[in-house]
Amino acid sequence: MAHGTGETPWTRYAPAAAWDEAVDLQGKVRDTYARVYAEIDRMSGDDLYARAEALASTYLAQGVTFDHAGEERPFPLDIVPRVVGAEEWEIISPGVAQRVKTLEAFLADVYGSQHCVNDGVVPRKLIASSQYFYRSVAGIEPRNGVRVHISGIDLVRDQHGIWRVLEDNVRVPSGVSYVLSNRRAMSQMFPDMFGAMGVRPVLEYSQRLRSALTKAAPEDVDDPTIVVLTPGVYNSAYYEHSLLARTMGVELVEGRDLECHNGRVYMRTTAGRRRVDVIYRRVDDEYLDPVVFRSDSTLGAPGLINAARLGNVTIANAVGNGVADDKLNYTYMPELTRYYLREEPILPNVDTWRLEEPDAREEVLDRLAELVVKPVDGAGGKGVLIGPKASKAELDQVRQQILEDPRGWIAQPVVQLSTVPTLTEEGLEPRHVDLRPFAINDGQDVWVLPGGLTRVALAKGQLIVNSSQGGGSKDTWVLGGVRHRGSMSPPPESRVEFSGVSAVPQAAHPDDYAAGQQQAQQQQQQQQQQPVQEQQGSDPC
Amino acid sequence: MLSRIAESLFWIGRYVERADNTARLLDVHLNVLLEDPWVDEPSANASLLSVMNCTFEPPVTRHHVLEVLAFDATRSSSIAGTLTAARENARRAREVISTEVWESLNMTRNQLPRWTSSARPHEYFVWVRERAAVVWGLSSATTSRDDAWHFMELGRSLERADMIARLLMTRHFEGTTGPNWTTLLRSCSAHEAYLRTVRALVTEERAAEFLLIDRLFPRSIAYNLAKAEETLGLIEGASNNKAMSDRARLALGRARTNLEYRDVREILNNLPEQMREVQRACALASDLIRDRYFLPASTVLWNQEAL
Repeated sequence: MAHGTGETPWTRYAPAAAWDEAVDLQGKVRDTYARVYAEIDRMSGDDLYARAEALASTYLAQGVTFDHAGEERPFPLDIVPRVVGAEEWEIISPGVAQRVKTLEAFLADVYGSQHCVNDGVVPRKLIASSQYFYRSVAGIEPRNGVRVHISGIDLVRDQHGIWRVLEDNVRVPSGVSYVLSNRRAMSQMFPDMFGAMGVRPVLEYSQRLRSALTKAAPEDVDDPTIVVLTPGVYNSAYYEHSLLARTMGVELVEGRDLECHNGRVYMRTTAGRRRVDVIYRRVDDEYLDPVVFRSDSTLGAPGLINAARLGNVTIANAVGNGVADDKLNYTYMPELTRYYLREEPILPNVDTWRLEEPDAREEVLDRLAELVVKPVDGAGGKGVLIGPKASKAELDQVRQQILEDPRGWIAQPVVQLSTVPTLTEEGLEPRHVDLRPFAINDGQDVWVLPGGLTRVALAKGQLIVNSSQGGGSKDTWVLGGVRHRGSMSPPPESRVEFSGVSAVPQAAHPDDYAAGQQQAQQQQQQQQQQPVQEQQGSDPC
Repeated sequence: MLSRIAESLFWIGRYVERADNTARLLDVHLNVLLEDPWVDEPSANASLLSVMNCTFEPPVTRHHVLEVLAFDATRSSSIAGTLTAARENARRAREVISTEVWESLNMTRNQLPRWTSSARPHEYFVWVRERAAVVWGLSSATTSRDDAWHFMELGRSLERADMIARLLMTRHFEGTTGPNWTTLLRSCSAHEAYLRTVRALVTEERAAEFLLIDRLFPRSIAYNLAKAEETLGLIEGASNNKAMSDRARLALGRARTNLEYRDVREILNNLPEQMREVQRACALASDLIRDRYFLPASTVLWNQEAL
């Protein structure tokens, strides 16, 4: 792929059936990608691979890894960024915020007086049969009313370019660290593109998160002690936990560092016990407190839930959120938005059949080979069956499972996820992607991180993008950022007057000023002595 | 500072210093094997392994020594093993140590597989010492002088005192006349400092004194024992629960004064036992520090049956 032949990395790029975000079916480059396209167009194929290699090696050096089957691997980051236009973000951002507000209202209702059931919006069975509905946390009222401090709403773009919600994550959504580190790596790789395109920054995430957690602190605490609770160094997302703790400037604790006394939570330090006020926990509900949940868990601390109930500690995200991101509840989300917010949903769902309903079940079982079937409580792409790619035996097995436990499954048509150019061994090829924007709710406002994690399925035609299934990621560039460089004059108070002030000189060793002179003298001396020196030349002194 | 993190920092300090000093020690050992015409290599090797507290079966080959102490990353005694362990501890304490220090430890671990026993060992040792210097330089330039720093310093000075004591024991290996004092000074990077301080040729007493009790040179045993004592006093909350932290200081102080107030000839006459005494003091202090700062007061285990 040398330049001389007129070939560029784009020459063989041909989008398939799905919506390609860079190039349309006629081969015309979409506006949002024009700059990225041109930049790569100027490179040779080798150049592109060399940059990709450099990216991978910086990740190894930084230790940006995830644990896959007990082995630490560098997180694969693709060299081609994914670009989201400003006008698309104008849909996504309020859409995600609306979704979070709905989930928040639903959770408050479910763990409160359950109006939505009494008003017939959702069946009582939906809540009662969810395995993540915990009666043990009913009645715990968060101080600033927030249960979903951090959420990740998975979005996909269908064949027609319409953004749809695929899944809500309001328990412990992960992946934001890759957004931050991807950005750092990519901005070093393509510095000029960043400046020119007005990519919106993602760096403020940690500050936002810290401020949201501070606002969620128990009532009487002025300067709350915040900690991030991790299951430990062998957890697949450990890198993320430590990055968040580091960038927020808070302690990263494990369950064994915490202890509860008299309804308060403390951490063990070298200077004795220290009170903890807010716990951003990255441990699943069931492991959080052996008193209430799994009694064999060593990842949490006994007494946490009690302390939370007494209002002495805030757990973020709240315990029991799983009832809201249950995939069956997902099907009720549009109605819930209308019910709680009296608004039309901005982002539509993917059409979904509830297999509990006999008619729907019958239809799905008939057309199983053309649908996607998912377990309602799955995460990480586990247990998902894609009909058109499944064998007869797999189909039969799932058919059996659905008949045994219809509440446990949902079915969706196959969504041809949009594609983005991705560097593969065969050069640039279209690969399917999704997008997980992250939202932070501080009780007053829902803030959506401009960007989010774009996950890409690295195998050809693969539709499951989870990193645990061999997926990679892309840096997501949301356009429309305000460009400060040179375009605006700075406010007068920030201007520093330099005129008329003489600079303070930088000192140096006085001998060095005279060095030129001395050198000349010393050299002269040498020349005079040269014959003598030559005689002594063999002496190693 | 969390006890768990403090413990990791303490061990990062110890491991990096141990790698550095093991490299120095092996370098001296290989040098002696080359230069001593009357050497009985297997028993010299065996002595080295026993000083480093490794089990072995005679006869011990040079290759075996290098595997055990330098290259085999699966052994905790080897340089590769300690550097890997340092990196694992840094990963646990990732949010407390600076990015630069983390990356230098991570890079070191990543580059380890390039070095195998087929490479020239001397170059490997130089590389190890360089990496250790990079880690120390970066941490000194990027760490606040709070407990994070103190615990790392504490680990480092304890380990250094301990390892110099082990190094001096090589004087009395079986099967060899042992390294001369100039070699020992060189291996501690002390030769030039010695010449400047003592301003005399290397004699046994003077050289031993320099490595044992010089108050200014950072690779003398007494310097490091004093440094550890001092650091113990700087740790936050050291004054609460005085008994425990003071016992650690006591052990270190006794070992130091034992060297400082004893006639150097007397020490030289009984060098191995005196050096073992230093190592025991370091081990005791390390245990006391663990009891005082790292162990949870009581581990609460939830047991449903007990309700």
